[in-house]
Amino acid sequence: MAFFLEVLFNGLLVGIMYSLVALGFALIYKASDVFNFAQGDMSLFAGLALVGFLTVMPLWLALICTIGVMTILAYGTVFIVFRPLVARPPLILFMAAIGLSFLVQGIGQSIWGTQPKGLFLGIPEITFDIKEVFLNTFDLTFGGVAGVLVVGLVLFFQKTRTGRALRAVADDHEAALSVGIPLLRAWAVTWMIAGIVATVAGVAWGSRLGVQFSLSLIAYKALPVLILGGIDSITGAILAGLVVGAGENLAEVFLGPYVGGGIQTFFPYLLALLFLWFRPYGMFGKEIIERV
Amino acid sequence: MLYRECGNYKDTYARDMAIFPIPFDRWGLGVMLVLAFLVIPYVASNYWLSSIMIPFYCFSLAALGLNFLTGYAGQVSIGHAAFMAVGAYASLILYGRYGIPLLPSILGGGIVSAAVGSVFGIPSLRIKGFYLAVSTLAAQFIIEWVLTHWKWVSGGVFGTVDAPDLQIFGWIIDTPVKKYYLVLCIVVPLVLFGKNLVRGQLGRNWQAIRDMDVAAEIIGVSLFRYKLIAFAVSSFYAGVAGSMITLAYYGAANIEEFNLLVSFQILGMIIIGGMGTVLGSFFGAGFMVLLPIFINQTLLALLGLETVPSDLRANIELIIFGGLIVFFLIVEPYGMARLWHTIKDKMRLWPFPY
Repeated sequence: MAFFLEVLFNGLLVGIMYSLVALGFALIYKASDVFNFAQGDMSLFAGLALVGFLTVMPLWLALICTIGVMTILAYGTVFIVFRPLVARPPLILFMAAIGLSFLVQGIGQSIWGTQPKGLFLGIPEITFDIKEVFLNTFDLTFGGVAGVLVVGLVLFFQKTRTGRALRAVADDHEAALSVGIPLLRAWAVTWMIAGIVATVAGVAWGSRLGVQFSLSLIAYKALPVLILGGIDSITGAILAGLVVGAGENLAEVFLGPYVGGGIQTFFPYLLALLFLWFRPYGMFGKEIIERV
Repeated sequence: MLYRECGNYKDTYARDMAIFPIPFDRWGLGVMLVLAFLVIPYVASNYWLSSIMIPFYCFSLAALGLNFLTGYAGQVSIGHAAFMAVGAYASLILYGRYGIPLLPSILGGGIVSAAVGSVFGIPSLRIKGFYLAVSTLAAQFIIEWVLTHWKWVSGGVFGTVDAPDLQIFGWIIDTPVKKYYLVLCIVVPLVLFGKNLVRGQLGRNWQAIRDMDVAAEIIGVSLFRYKLIAFAVSSFYAGVAGSMITLAYYGAANIEEFNLLVSFQILGMIIIGGMGTVLGSFFGAGFMVLLPIFINQTLLALLGLETVPSDLRANIELIIFGGLIVFFLIVEPYGMARLWHTIKDKMRLWPFPY
């Protein structure tokens, strides 16, 4: 039982990290209908930037600079790539995001190099146990950071003026425009928030796996989380992250040995497919009602 | 005045239903076929044949397959390279392990791929839009996992299977020219068949589903049947393309030849080439096959970048590649097929301004 709980808790902690990436997707999809395939690459970009800044300055300044860089990236993306593509079909925007992912990845790696880099934040990695359930301070720290971020985002979207404006844009572009919300600036802010989320995800995953190309692949871990939770739902992204993290860890440990292992790569997709068969818009996704 | 629809009298039913009713199109196609069959093999160097023309034809076929699914039937798939992998491995197993003749093995690869594709098409009956797009990624990951983990399928180490020597009735296909003809002789009939498919009942039903599936269902188009047929036909084309890429281009099947990046490239081909057009699949495939070569050999030389280290060069390639995709989407959102349309409009009036 203790072992089961340990697998479960570790899965949940990994799941929070998936939620972080999925959250970036959900934010941008909600606000601008762009299915942002570059979210994983943005995390890589942020991780690379942070490692680059860390060589010349202390951590807190490096974090601020990284967020500054992500802001510039967000504005660049909105004004150079997506502004000319306003009101195009979603598939075109999706393809543009794929193109953007190549761009971001290429630019990041040209500036900071392709060598895998370690990222040490000075967070101690002490393993301890509560009633024989082994946990890790490092994972717990990032679980906590993710939690704070999520609460902060919810407060931002519910309580602040900018947050309300962003929700208005997410609900209806034209209505938001007609009450005087600047659409492009709202998008830029959304992308900036997604960039900050990507930074947190990039730092969390980067200090765990090292900052390298494979960091951009966490996007594929986040996608099943996203559809399971509902593409446009922030709550969904968080809950589904926990479900997927716990589910895949349990499956790998208890089911994996029977089928040859390595099922972590696709188990989340199977889980999501199974769930979507019964609820085609995920847990909290907005249901699209079609009429002829 | 070069391109005229007028003066073209459809006085029999056969002429009315002709696949290319306009003489200019017929002649154009004839010229292209003559070029492909008679001129290119004798003019092009071995490098051009084996590294550009063969992958170009194979990817065109794969892109055409995805175009049936995404461009005509409106179901986005971002795991299509996996179906190519299924075709590749299936035809290699049929040809190499069971000694079935070459052409039936290639078609067999397509049929196996079609079967697998229709299984992965089942979610499309419930799920739509980006939910469906993401769930097609499941195909990519599950098929990759099966190919690397099931010994019976991959046989060798790391899922690599070498292709045996190719022969049809003792005619050994070893030189690039012979491989070129093999690929061409499979691609041309399949493309003509596909062109007929999309202008017939099936294609009309697909387009109805794409435009609005609820409305299509109400006027009597069975969503269950036609969505699954779209997945099956599309995966069949992808499977045949995959098996030809393995047999005639790479010479060995490896899962890395069909990874996620290839899936994106095929999707990029149809979006850049033009969705819902047969011609667009060719344009897009040409663009995607030639672009890396162009970047590598021409653009970097022009910019004076040959001396930079190779990892930086790979990244500059990425930047140019991504940048061009974005640029193209901005300037021509309906793809290169639309450019061809514009040119035809110009030719209709030429040499008069209007």
